[in-house]
Amino acid sequence: MGNGTHLGKVRGLGSSGHGSHHWLQQRLTALGNILLVGFLFVSFLRLPMTDHGAVLRWASNPMVALALILMVVSVFWHLRLGLTVLIEDYVHGEATRLLSLVLLNFYAIGGAAYGIFAIVRIALAPAAGLAPGGM
Amino acid sequence: MAVSILHRASGDGLAIVGALLFLWWLGALAAGPDAYAAFVACVWHDPSPDAGTFHMVTNLLGKVVLIGLTWAFFQHLFSGLRHFVLDTGAGYELKTNKLWSMLVIVGALLATAATWLYIFAEALNG
Repeated sequence: MGNGTHLGKVRGLGSSGHGSHHWLQQRLTALGNILLVGFLFVSFLRLPMTDHGAVLRWASNPMVALALILMVVSVFWHLRLGLTVLIEDYVHGEATRLLSLVLLNFYAIGGAAYGIFAIVRIALAPAAGLAPGGM
Repeated sequence: MAVSILHRASGDGLAIVGALLFLWWLGALAAGPDAYAAFVACVWHDPSPDAGTFHMVTNLLGKVVLIGLTWAFFQHLFSGLRHFVLDTGAGYELKTNKLWSMLVIVGALLATAATWLYIFAEALNG
């Protein structure tokens, strides 16, 4: 990996052997989270959250649905990176660590898929002539 | 030190409790008015006149969890912004570092308090 230069020493090193890739993805998704979770936070404060009809109208707006999908991708990607480091630091023993990482991936990918499917259903239900339901 | 472990703790709380609560809310929203009303009655407020003790407990727990998540959100956000500054190579002098660490903690508490004062004031007025 290292070719003797400072840059070469930095590239590809670290406890996992591929640190800079993880590091960069964590920063990129962090920037995404600032914008998208910030948008969700402000929306939550402004919406009448107990009113199903009002919240559904908001969520089924195409731009809002798009932002929500991007947010789910950014958040679940970021949390997968963060919880991976947590497991690498605190879970010892080859088998338990591997099992923890498998469960984390099920959670991160399954959770994101569930979230995206729910948003798509909310956004497209009127066009498909569907009543809400089925989740 | 404290800010570093708080960054991890708040991040893990958001990643597990926050994300699961968000998915529960989103699923209820997609499932329709009845499911959404059931979610609200469990987490926030049960409007039915014969609301049971169970919902009284879950409503209280729900608010505690939501306030905790609000704090975790701000703590992780401000601490994350501090990390962006540190990534540029700035802010490693002991005094500066300590000052920004304290500001992160105080800022997160103030932002959480402001948010919930706003929410409870809105709830009382309308």
